[in-house]
Amino acid sequence: MHAAVVVFPGSNCDRDLAVAFEAAGAKVSMVWHKDTKLPDGVDIVGVPGGFSFGDYLRCGAIAANSPICNEVKAHADRGGYAIGICNGFQVLAETGVLPGALLRNVGLKYICKTVGLNVVTSQCAYTEGYSAGDIIDIPIAHHDGNYFADDDTIARLQGEDRVAFTYTENPNGAKGDIAGILSANKRVLGMMPHPERAADAGHGGTDGQALFRALSGILTPA
Amino acid sequence: MKARVHVMLKNGVLDPQGEAVRHALGAMGFDGVNGVRQGKVIELDLADGTTEATVNEMCEKLLSNMVIESYTVEMS
Repeated sequence: MHAAVVVFPGSNCDRDLAVAFEAAGAKVSMVWHKDTKLPDGVDIVGVPGGFSFGDYLRCGAIAANSPICNEVKAHADRGGYAIGICNGFQVLAETGVLPGALLRNVGLKYICKTVGLNVVTSQCAYTEGYSAGDIIDIPIAHHDGNYFADDDTIARLQGEDRVAFTYTENPNGAKGDIAGILSANKRVLGMMPHPERAADAGHGGTDGQALFRALSGILTPA
Repeated sequence: MKARVHVMLKNGVLDPQGEAVRHALGAMGFDGVNGVRQGKVIELDLADGTTEATVNEMCEKLLSNMVIESYTVEMS
């Protein structure tokens, strides 16, 4: 598996994500936001957490219009795998690769804590290592994680088995308790919680490990 | 020439910041504030001849997120 991790000015989970991919057996290339091409043979693109471009204008909006994001979008349009975590989810929503948007948390506070997630589906490359109905503990750290989409979109996501994770206790007001969603072909995952921060015993939790391990099994080396 | 862009959350999208401001106004003794919606004003200093259509395109591609926001443009 060859993973590319995109780095924007203000990304701060890029190296954590790279470590999680490497621990799962991936070769990792870091890609700068001004790059106009992904490395050859990339199987999966990781869009990391952080505060790209200082969250100016809207979280993820400026990053979504950076040169590399045209490539990330083209990669996803070709059926390539991509995972956006936290700010990365905001970026993928802003590019339109994933539907909806992330609004300010209902309580207006930045929330940094470990939360319970329901694994809603195990029918995708990312969640194969879990069983539907599992509850896993994964940290969140965001100010704008309140998932919003119109009712039709929410119903479609639910009807097409494209909700990957929901919160056991909704921390931010997200519609349908949604913590993570999949693209129509289920190859793009966007999620607010940070599985890469629960991927090593030293993190205090390892419930995120199965996500990265499942990927390495499915994506054959390029 | 200049353009002034107003970006607002669409009706039906909860505005927790506006709600917090409404609560604060009530707590300060200002009665009768039934709702507060908070938006953004963006002023653009533009080359002469820039059309409103171009500004609309800027709004739709970057300045507003059409999933959750609406915009209006004033050219001057």
